[in-house]
Amino acid sequence: MRFKRIYTKISNITKATCTLKAEGARYGELARVNGMPAQVISVLGDNVTVQVFSGTEGVSSHSEVIFSGSPPSLKVSDLLAGRFLNGYGEPIDGGPELRGEDRVIKGNAVNPVKRSQPSTLLATGIAGIDLNNTLVTGQKIPFFANPDQPYNQVLAEVAMRAEADKIILGGMGLSNDDYLFFKNTFTKAGVLNKIVCFINTSENPPLERLLIPDMTCTAAEYFANDQKQKVLVLLTDMTLYADALAIVANKMDQIPSKDSMPGSLYSDLASIYEKSVQFAHGGSITIIAVTTLNEGDITHAIPDNTGYITEGQLFLKQDADIGKVIIDPFRSLSRLKQNVIGKKTREDHPQVMNALVRLYADAMDAKTKKENGFDLNEYDKRCLDFAKEYSRKLLAVDVNIPIDQMLDTGWQLLQTYFKKFEVGIKEEFIEQYWHEEQTINAL
Amino acid sequence: MNTGKVTGVISNLIFIEAHGAVTQNEICLIHTENKRLMAEVIRITGTQVSAQLFETSMTIKMGSLVDFTGRMLEVELGPGILSKKYDGLQNDLTKMSGLFIDMGQTTPPLDSDVYYSFTPLIKAGETLHAGDWLGSVKENWIDHKIMVPFVLKGTYTVESITKKGDYLINDVMAVLSSEKGEKIEVTMVQKWPVKRAISTFRQKIRPNKILQTGLRVIDTLNPIAEGGTGYIPGPFGTGKTVLQQAIAKNSKADILIMVACGERANEVVEIFTEFPKLTDPDTGRTLDEKTTIICNTSNMPVAAREASVYVGMTLAEYYRAMGLKVLILADSTSRWAQALREMSNRMEELPGPDAFPVELPATIANFYSRAGLTELNNGAWGSVTFIGTVSPAGGNFKEPVTESTSKVARCFYALSQKRADAKRYPAIDPIASYSKYLDYPEFVENTDTSIQKGWVAKVKKCKDLIRNGLEARDQISILGDDAVPVEYHVVFWKSEMIDFALIQQDSFDDVDMNTSLERQQYMFNKLMEIGDMEFHFSEFEEVGTFFKQIINILKQMNYSPFDSSQFKKHHKELEKALQNMREKTLTEL
Ligand SMILES: Nc1ncnc2c1ncn2[C@@H]1O[C@H](COP(=O)(O)OP(=O)(O)OP(=O)(O)O)[C@@H](O)[C@H]1O
Ligand SMILES: [Mg+2]
Repeated sequence: MRFKRIYTKISNITKATCTLKAEGARYGELARVNGMPAQVISVLGDNVTVQVFSGTEGVSSHSEVIFSGSPPSLKVSDLLAGRFLNGYGEPIDGGPELRGEDRVIKGNAVNPVKRSQPSTLLATGIAGIDLNNTLVTGQKIPFFANPDQPYNQVLAEVAMRAEADKIILGGMGLSNDDYLFFKNTFTKAGVLNKIVCFINTSENPPLERLLIPDMTCTAAEYFANDQKQKVLVLLTDMTLYADALAIVANKMDQIPSKDSMPGSLYSDLASIYEKSVQFAHGGSITIIAVTTLNEGDITHAIPDNTGYITEGQLFLKQDADIGKVIIDPFRSLSRLKQNVIGKKTREDHPQVMNALVRLYADAMDAKTKKENGFDLNEYDKRCLDFAKEYSRKLLAVDVNIPIDQMLDTGWQLLQTYFKKFEVGIKEEFIEQYWHEEQTINAL
Repeated sequence: MNTGKVTGVISNLIFIEAHGAVTQNEICLIHTENKRLMAEVIRITGTQVSAQLFETSMTIKMGSLVDFTGRMLEVELGPGILSKKYDGLQNDLTKMSGLFIDMGQTTPPLDSDVYYSFTPLIKAGETLHAGDWLGSVKENWIDHKIMVPFVLKGTYTVESITKKGDYLINDVMAVLSSEKGEKIEVTMVQKWPVKRAISTFRQKIRPNKILQTGLRVIDTLNPIAEGGTGYIPGPFGTGKTVLQQAIAKNSKADILIMVACGERANEVVEIFTEFPKLTDPDTGRTLDEKTTIICNTSNMPVAAREASVYVGMTLAEYYRAMGLKVLILADSTSRWAQALREMSNRMEELPGPDAFPVELPATIANFYSRAGLTELNNGAWGSVTFIGTVSPAGGNFKEPVTESTSKVARCFYALSQKRADAKRYPAIDPIASYSKYLDYPEFVENTDTSIQKGWVAKVKKCKDLIRNGLEARDQISILGDDAVPVEYHVVFWKSEMIDFALIQQDSFDDVDMNTSLERQQYMFNKLMEIGDMEFHFSEFEEVGTFFKQIINILKQMNYSPFDSSQFKKHHKELEKALQNMREKTLTEL
């Protein structure tokens, strides 16, 4: 057994950290303060600062600090399947202790030259995703949603429909209700054997959330690389994760950058999201996350940095005209869609998609015009009618159809409301897909 | 060798007690159980040294031994750089073992076992200076010059030069003697510290010639010059990376250096996958043959982000010294600035605006100034053109990185969220963006002969047309369609036509993605001809209908190969539509 280094003289205590004199501590190693898990975040000579995950309530200047000598790790093996664990990788489902290889979380980066280009379609049946923002395995993408939107329901829905060997859920600051919702959804679908959950609920200490994404990604890497499986990682809610980062930075007296967030927020988030990967051997990690917004403000540092890291974003929006939640076609984006649309999907996909969105933009202009009290011209009116149908038949999150049908629906909408020259689609596709008999000339 | 020991660790900032003299920016190696981890000295206070580690610091123990190397961060320069994929410190990623990048793993940047066919360019007895060409080897299809090492100061006489033949990079190609009689053996390889510019040229002059990128909104409206600088700021997802890659694929540069600085790994994978399959439109060779990629993606060590842009720039300058036209693209310079910020904050320096280091503007200015069009000592010309992306926080251009860059970069390609939302790609804002080269008399003169007389004046006229169109649009939306004269609609729709047919360009379409200058000239003249036409519509709705038809035809033309039968067919349609309109206008008058 390793020699345990125990200290009992803490010189400085803040809400989240303790500083003490100790020999031989290493940056990043785990420790226990009063039995509570903690991690070394700064070593200056023999001055060591640890961050106590559960907060320092009850810690006194004579509390016992024990250093473990090693950074946080997870025991990986097939036994992870079906388990519910906390931020330390400990069971919360009453099941047996984990067994397997002890792997340090936050592992090394994959060598970029060893990655494969993500180009396997990940279909969800939701046209707002599959048609406009097509996903591929190995992608990383968040839902941007206001707190009152059913983002966890949509996330669960996507997870259940997407084809994956393992689904690994990292829950950060989940409400207990949402935790139970996920659990029920997985149980009802009979997929418990292919899920792993790392859960921090709103009842748990916020700093424990800091470990969740790395634990989740370590488990994901085990299944994706060691077992060569298709892994889908769900992270919700990354905004609460970033909030926890800000707490620690603040306690460390770091100079905050925008929105009180630490200056390293970009790198911190990137180290998580970049775990998504397509391996040449077929294994992959796809990350679908949730970033909740404050009143739709995407310029806030958390969604802003996220957007700069992820391969697009899926924006949930309440469409008052049809009374449903839709995937906003303007602010949403899947940057890897180019790898599959028109190649793995029908060749008219890119053009139809773009034409529909462009015309929807015209409709929104017309709407503004109307709201400002101007008369609408004939084209404006057609656009508005089109927008409603488009929203209902294709943008709503409750749509569940195959991609070819989405495209057919798209053509049908174009022909119903527009003339050939108004849609700006390449002639070869018009010739192939524009069926005169279907045209209901709205003029 | 000078040594020291580790006294503290905060993330990748390492505190060291040094036992002897240490130099700022010197590289030191920190001993761990079985590895040496590389770090760069960034502050010295007495014997207290702070260093930024190019790795993660989890395995470093207090008291660990530190070796100071006495050398700055350097690159190895020699044949074999092209087609390589380097990390931010010039390690060859392809040579690394394993799927993951193990900590402390280093690999040689050049291939010591590859033979290059050498042709001498000078004779024994000649006198030379640093940067002068000794000989030439074939690197892919490029004539790679073996030069007098840049670090040599003064005049040298050639004692001997190797004869034509195949050699390894570490073989001696020439022996030089200094004025003092010192003998220097020159191989194909030399080293150079990345933070210092290679300046062995005779003079740097103002850029005067267009560097073709194949993108209409750049070449026609906001051209970048050979040896020029440009920057592309824009909120996330507005198309910075796609635009840069489009420039990379179509530009008429001899050498392409792409620096992926703190961005997504999948984006470099895309380059790795595509470039070997793409042909360089200029030479017909595959694109990767003239390209070097330096990648320090966002999950790779943060400190190496700064290094990566300097490594890229140094490689660019090296090829410029061979008389080549080099284009260097960096995505994103903001990540580099952020890396500087992270470190500055950790060192508890007094912060400037938005917590960036106070010297940020100077650092950026210094970097951009390394680009340029140079005349070499032998009268040949070489250039480094630099285009960097900027990722402003919250998409707001009023932030330190964008502002500092705006002061030094001569071309501004502002990406607009609104245009990106409307899928008007490339989302370059036609009003805000500019190229200062349009105001350089020598540039104007050059276009007069290389494109057509009065070209720049016509471009400026086109910009006015766009500006007027947007003003008309504002009036229409304030007053309403009916309340403005029909002429306003015409003005607006003329600008829409320029937008759809010239500015917008589909980077994912095989034909539309690259427009030759000749084709740009043809289409631009056509568009301006329509722009000059007088129209008389009785009603505003007719205006939109007419122009939508015109735009549709123009787009079909853009999608067809230049001068193909398809192109000609659409061209006829266009002429017919215009003719009809002319006749109609005449009768109505
Ligand atoms: N010229 C274009 N043609 C078609 N689509 C484009 C074009 N430019 C950008 N896009 C679309 O926008 C997406 C985002 O573009 P890109 O990745 O270049 O953005 P970015 O500005 O680099 O964002 P970030 O700052 O987050 O890296 C692309 O994946 C593509 O779907
Ligand atoms: Mg980008």
